[in-house]
Amino acid sequence: MEKTIFGYVWRFSRQQQINMTLLSAASLPFLYLFYEVPKTIINEAIQGIHVQYPLNLAEKLTVSLFGVDIPLLGPFDLVVNQTPYLYILCGVFLVLVGINQGFKFVINVYKGLTGERMLRRLRFELYARVLRFPLPTFRKMSQGEIIPMITAEVEPLGGFIGDAFSLPAFQGGYLATILAFLFLQDWRMAAAAVSLYPLQLWLIPKLQRRVNLLGKERVARVRRLSDKIGETVQGVQETHANDTSNFVLMDFSNQLFWIYGVRERIYRQKFVIKFLNNSIQQLGPFAFYSIGGYFVITGDLEIGTLVAAIAAHKDLAAPWKELLAYYQMQADATIKYDQVVSQFGPAGMRGPDYQMVEPDEPGPLTGELTAANLTLNDDQEAPVVDGVSMRLPLDKRYAIVGSGGSGKDELTLLLARLLDPDNGNISLGGGDAALLPETVTGRRMAHVGAAAFVFAGTIANNLFLGLKHRPLRSAEYTGAAAKHRALYVSEARRSGNIDFDPDADWIDYAAAGVEDADALRQAGLAVLAQCGMGEEVYQFGLRGTIDPQARPDLAAAILRARAGLRQHMAADPALLVLVEGFDADAYNLNASVGENLMFGNPVGDVFDVEHLAEHPYVLDVLAQVGLTEQFLSVGYQVASTMVELFADLPPDHELFQQFSFISADDLPDIQSLLQRSDRANLAALPDEDRGRLMSLPFKIIPARHRLGLVDDDLQGKVLEARRYFAANLPDELRSAVEFFDVTEYNAAANIQDNILFGKVAYGQAQAVDRVGALISEVIMELDLHEVVAEVGLNFEVGIAGSRLSTAQRQKLALARALMKRPDILILSEPTASLDSATQAGIMAALLAEYEGRCLIWSVQRASMAAGFDEILVMRQGRLMERGSYADLSQNNECVRELLASE
Amino acid sequence: MSLNEEVELLRSIPLFANIEPSKLKLLAFTSERLAFQEGQSLFHQGDMGDAAYLVVDGTADVVIEGPDGAKLTVAQISRNAFVGEIAILCDVPRTATITATTKLDTLRISKDLFFRLVNEFPTMAVEIMRELARRQEQSNLQLTEANRRLRELEAAGA
Repeated sequence: MEKTIFGYVWRFSRQQQINMTLLSAASLPFLYLFYEVPKTIINEAIQGIHVQYPLNLAEKLTVSLFGVDIPLLGPFDLVVNQTPYLYILCGVFLVLVGINQGFKFVINVYKGLTGERMLRRLRFELYARVLRFPLPTFRKMSQGEIIPMITAEVEPLGGFIGDAFSLPAFQGGYLATILAFLFLQDWRMAAAAVSLYPLQLWLIPKLQRRVNLLGKERVARVRRLSDKIGETVQGVQETHANDTSNFVLMDFSNQLFWIYGVRERIYRQKFVIKFLNNSIQQLGPFAFYSIGGYFVITGDLEIGTLVAAIAAHKDLAAPWKELLAYYQMQADATIKYDQVVSQFGPAGMRGPDYQMVEPDEPGPLTGELTAANLTLNDDQEAPVVDGVSMRLPLDKRYAIVGSGGSGKDELTLLLARLLDPDNGNISLGGGDAALLPETVTGRRMAHVGAAAFVFAGTIANNLFLGLKHRPLRSAEYTGAAAKHRALYVSEARRSGNIDFDPDADWIDYAAAGVEDADALRQAGLAVLAQCGMGEEVYQFGLRGTIDPQARPDLAAAILRARAGLRQHMAADPALLVLVEGFDADAYNLNASVGENLMFGNPVGDVFDVEHLAEHPYVLDVLAQVGLTEQFLSVGYQVASTMVELFADLPPDHELFQQFSFISADDLPDIQSLLQRSDRANLAALPDEDRGRLMSLPFKIIPARHRLGLVDDDLQGKVLEARRYFAANLPDELRSAVEFFDVTEYNAAANIQDNILFGKVAYGQAQAVDRVGALISEVIMELDLHEVVAEVGLNFEVGIAGSRLSTAQRQKLALARALMKRPDILILSEPTASLDSATQAGIMAALLAEYEGRCLIWSVQRASMAAGFDEILVMRQGRLMERGSYADLSQNNECVRELLASE
Repeated sequence: MSLNEEVELLRSIPLFANIEPSKLKLLAFTSERLAFQEGQSLFHQGDMGDAAYLVVDGTADVVIEGPDGAKLTVAQISRNAFVGEIAILCDVPRTATITATTKLDTLRISKDLFFRLVNEFPTMAVEIMRELARRQEQSNLQLTEANRRLRELEAAGA
């Protein structure tokens, strides 16, 4: 990148900077006139000095240039008296105001856009560089440092870039114009007004330099601060586990103290500069009043000229201030640019072509993978991989064995081209692999390490990530969308960004060996099953939701499963007691009173179960069917039971969380509520108390809580309320509830609940397991297993895959690598976090899959190498031996030691 | 059956007889009412214990599996029996398998709650000791009887 910010600005926005400067220059004559006209108004139009009325304007507006008279009004004669002349001049003044402000508007907008585009370019460039950093860079540079550099630190640069050339040009020109005006009026006065400028020009940079140094320190300290925050977030578990919050807080407070110290010094210096500037600026008027006044008294100067000069000087202050501010901003921007750019060019960074240039059809890799004298050093220059030379024909499966520090992990990274060797080279099928771009290695090879990363998004997003290299089929746009897309492209190009379409289809189906998206999903599920994740994805699917409008076929299939489950249950009385199905005309004892009333799932939080008693419509329904009093009474009984049961438990007791209708915090309030209320006259309670009592009955699940409060009478009335609720639901609330309807798919419930269409009964031993098994059976019978698993592909994995277990993340990463069917699959203990049965299953599947292809697997235990064609033995960075497992496990000292130590 | 009825039931059991009603109510409320069908097992020998069961209605067999895999029904339990407490008291795996022989209605009392009650009500601990002692005595009797018959058989064989 360019060494200075001016170099960068000039290289990428030369045309815009020139345009802005020209625009600024074009505005200056109008600016001059803007100061000239008021003088003429006062002197000629008002005071009538040097003019004879009636005045011939044509004559007055004839400019003599190189001896030629140019009449500005053309051949027209215009003769006016004093008053119309005044109005004409005032009109001209008004027009000039418009022109000047118009220039300002256009220049500012142009400037803003130029700055923003340059900022976008800079950010993109920095981000693209992060993607080309050699991996070891990230050991020294944390995300806490990188993030503020790309986001906050470069932000002010955008503002500066817009101003870089045009502001000094415009404000300088502005200043020069006013100065010219002043000097033309009276040179002595003008000289007096600017006599102290040289002092400012000498003093300010001196002071500014000190502020700059402080600014540098501040940037560095703030960067360290964000690094600290990043570290805290990542290591928060350790902080809690060791009770080191105070230590962490102390450290943070310490950093803040230093930042404060730096800022304090910056403020002091800055305001000293400001103080000096303003004081010096005020010396101007002093010169006008004293010297100018003297000349007016002696008659050497007209009063109108003095007034105009004072006005002009006042305007002089503005551009001068702008120029000084620009100077400060320029100093600041230069520091920031230097500091950021110096961080974004680490040694060994790969060139842009490495990722961007699309190779000619990257055919399958064939031949041999050859390493010659491969050496990698660590930070202390000690060899981690030491002079490894080998030839690996690409039709075999290799296991790398060795102890933890043997360099086997690093070797896999070198072979996968993720690390660059310090010495030696790798070649592939004859060519030097170091010359192979990522576009080839990233598509034809795959590497999975022990700590694989999973990105936020769905399982499918992660699974198919390795197939997204380039937009392959562009999206179709018409009308407004096409215009928007064109704008997107043109803006991207103006800022040097890539213009790839986020809505295009990026998936390389051919790489996965399939034709279309449907086949891809099938292939994805097959690969997940291979990696031992099939059942888990199916379970995600069961708990997933679908949009029945988008997938009517799926919804219909789930409804078939619902019917299938009912048939099974009808056939076996032992199953019948396990589930209490939803029936519009029957009260469901295994559902809460609230669910019975609504007889549907809430959509959004309008009818949130926790707050049903607060909804006016629900209250209205209760009143209409005459349930209000009964609910109050039941609420009262629930409250007294809870108080009786839980009052003398400690508030943090787990029984509270598990069983109580009332949280430990609320219990004392409820207790006092009960004391002050009269059971016979609950209606007389204040609204708030009534609300509290009313909310309790909604949560009762009769079969679970066995409180004996939901009797037949109440059940009957709730059914009545259910009918009323549905029949009178206002239109605007219709979308807030998805009613239970045996013939309809319920979009607000997950697939499992849709199949169940009821509640698993409380109090039946192993009911949940048995119902789960039954549902699986029905799904198998109807051949829906794959359909459900497909829904599981849309499971959101959370930030960095945090909703998945470590083992699941690892399996997903493995599946992602397999998805692109690499010619060379390189694995470094990818199954370390899995149990040994799953490990063995995955290994068997992969060994079978890679029969006759190239699989390089660094295994965590030597005995795992048994099934491979050949094993490579690493020790202290060196390749000690290679051969068959049968041979080496008997005859090689290293391998025998490794096996013995397991 | 409602909570109040369960409380009555608990009170009729010697183990809980001396506990105040409000605690029994809490016990009933926080315990799970669990029904087993004929042939279903409450737990299996060797499982880790997490709860004890009070039989509310029905009968079940207590079966011990010997090292050779032979199954021996050592007892039949019915209404008011309290089973499964040994595993949660001593943190040992279940010593027997209990299988319902009719439709069985139970109250499942979790380990935490059980310990809480024992801590709070020493009389309950005494009741448990009494019950364990009674079972020990029964086992001794059975052992003596078995020894006697073994000797008889040996004598007959010799």
